[in-house]
Amino acid sequence: MSLLRIAKRQEPLGVGGSCCVLAAALALSLTLAGVFLALGGTSPLSALSVLLHGAFGSRHALEDCVLKAIPIYLCALGVAVAFRLKIWNIGAEGQFALGAIGATWAALTFPELPKIALLPLMAAMAMAAGGLWGLVPAILRQRLRTNEIIVTLMMNYIAVLLLDYLVYGAWKDPTSFGFPMTPLFSDSAIIGRIGGTTINWGLAHCLVLGLLVWAFFRFTRTGFAVLAGGDNVRAARYAGLPYDRLVFLVMAVSGALAGWAGFVEASATVNRLQPSIMVGYGYTAIVVAWLARLHPLAIGVAALLLAGLRVGVENLQLDLQVPAAFGGIIEGAILLTVLAGGFFTTYRFTRRRRP
Amino acid sequence: MSAEIVIALLAATVQSGTPILFATLGEILSEKSGVLNLGVEGVMILGALVGFVVARHSGNPLLGFVAAGLVGSAATAVHGAVCLWFQGNQVVSGLALTIFGVGLANYLGTAYIGTPAPGFSPVPLPGLSELPVIGTIFFNHDPLVYVSYLVPPLLWLFLHATRYGLGLRAAGEYPGAAVAAGLDVVAYRWLGVVGGGFFMGLGGAYLSLAYTHLWTSNLTAGRGWIAVALVIFAFWRPGRAVFGAYLFGGIMALQLRLQASGAQVPSSILLMLPYALTVFVLVLSSWRKGSSDEPAALGVNVAPVD
Repeated sequence: MSLLRIAKRQEPLGVGGSCCVLAAALALSLTLAGVFLALGGTSPLSALSVLLHGAFGSRHALEDCVLKAIPIYLCALGVAVAFRLKIWNIGAEGQFALGAIGATWAALTFPELPKIALLPLMAAMAMAAGGLWGLVPAILRQRLRTNEIIVTLMMNYIAVLLLDYLVYGAWKDPTSFGFPMTPLFSDSAIIGRIGGTTINWGLAHCLVLGLLVWAFFRFTRTGFAVLAGGDNVRAARYAGLPYDRLVFLVMAVSGALAGWAGFVEASATVNRLQPSIMVGYGYTAIVVAWLARLHPLAIGVAALLLAGLRVGVENLQLDLQVPAAFGGIIEGAILLTVLAGGFFTTYRFTRRRRP
Repeated sequence: MSAEIVIALLAATVQSGTPILFATLGEILSEKSGVLNLGVEGVMILGALVGFVVARHSGNPLLGFVAAGLVGSAATAVHGAVCLWFQGNQVVSGLALTIFGVGLANYLGTAYIGTPAPGFSPVPLPGLSELPVIGTIFFNHDPLVYVSYLVPPLLWLFLHATRYGLGLRAAGEYPGAAVAAGLDVVAYRWLGVVGGGFFMGLGGAYLSLAYTHLWTSNLTAGRGWIAVALVIFAFWRPGRAVFGAYLFGGIMALQLRLQASGAQVPSSILLMLPYALTVFVLVLSSWRKGSSDEPAALGVNVAPVD
């Protein structure tokens, strides 16, 4: 007979307690990652110092963090919108790719347009392409009851291959010596940098879009309907909410936001379309959204944290030859431990009284 | 196309369908107990790596195969702990397991890329392999394929003809009633999760030990996700899973042949085939959803009781 018994908390754990659980989960996953580093023959302590220093130790590193946090933030924001309605959109990666493709189409077709017309056109095309890519699984789900998790995921694979098809074929730069990439965008198709930093104006997009999403859930009737529908589908239907249309809306918005991330990445970071932009931001976004409990502001913090992790792991790769896949171990471990930690916000252990 | 080419293609179909078959059967076992496991992709790739590494260092591929199954069980036990002990969301936990497993396998496997290891080679079954057509398609393979023939009927028998199978299905169908009947629902779910993980690990090991005979990063290439989709297509029945797995095996075999024959279709379009087929197959199976054996409490956690 165990000496502990599990009891439901009378009141959910407060902010302080939740932070403790979160910190414990992060510490546990870093420890676990350290064990695997040691197994791979790398000293965990020196790795930790390289990781932290590489991610947050210099101005250049911090700017790199912000640069990577921008696409992660936008994808996670989109993922969170869908998760609010308990629609499992695992397809941010594919919607990101479609967004990049849509923006690139506009950039390559109308290179002569002035910046003030071309950038909005690229954004619109990115949102349309990403949004439609997100809408397909939503329609299949509501009309044919197919499982959206698998459809969105399969569409990720298809989207990445579609991107490959374009950059190896029709859109290939004839002067690229066989490398799969489109020609460089014209100047008016490139999102500029902020002042003297390497950070692009995508950061401002994040702030505006994050604020819009927050206001949507806080102030609009539809936003409230999404929250209600996510809480209880059956009750929402009884209350006369147009559930099908809500699903279409959140998936289209979700895809459009991920698509916007693809636009920023193609336009500002690489100035062209090439397969190397697909580095799994769409999957990291799921970790970020869940860590942040789907809140737009918290997503910002979590996006910076996970972007820092990516930058740090890149340094590990350069300095200590740790394979890049190491980042996946930490991301997966963080998500698993945070999920398990969620238990302590609703339950507590008490000592079993002796009979 | 001549008959010989078709028969060779069908034989290749069985071989490339086998890893998916193992994984699909594992996922059926897990989901029948009520636990949705989206970590198949991560578990499979860990199995593929461990099978390869153990075979390489021990020189015994069978040892690698079994070790891969055990590692599959260990990996899914993480999912079990998060969902069955800590009440974590099954969808997110499975995803996390996939991210973790793929990361871990690619990380630990870097040193093994391009190295050789002993694997399984075809052993024609005496007698049966002499049969015309059927013999070549089904009985001229490595021993693991023959093992995979035995698993679906055994799994069906376990689920439908033993009391443990009945208890496991009850845990996935109506855990409340199962508890009231005095069953240890959490134990049955553990059995489903860990047992399912064993087969997922075997499926991964089949890839590295009998199919490709080498280790590369991202070896599974979405096969785990296809297995999750096939469970729906199979209506949670082991027999239909065989059909589904060979359907995908066929598409993958065909895609390889087309690529090798230098067809005028770009390879990225050919590579899309299995993923597009997965979506198509899901749409198809949604039509007859009424006749499926989907467990009623799939994905629903059982709250702890004092």
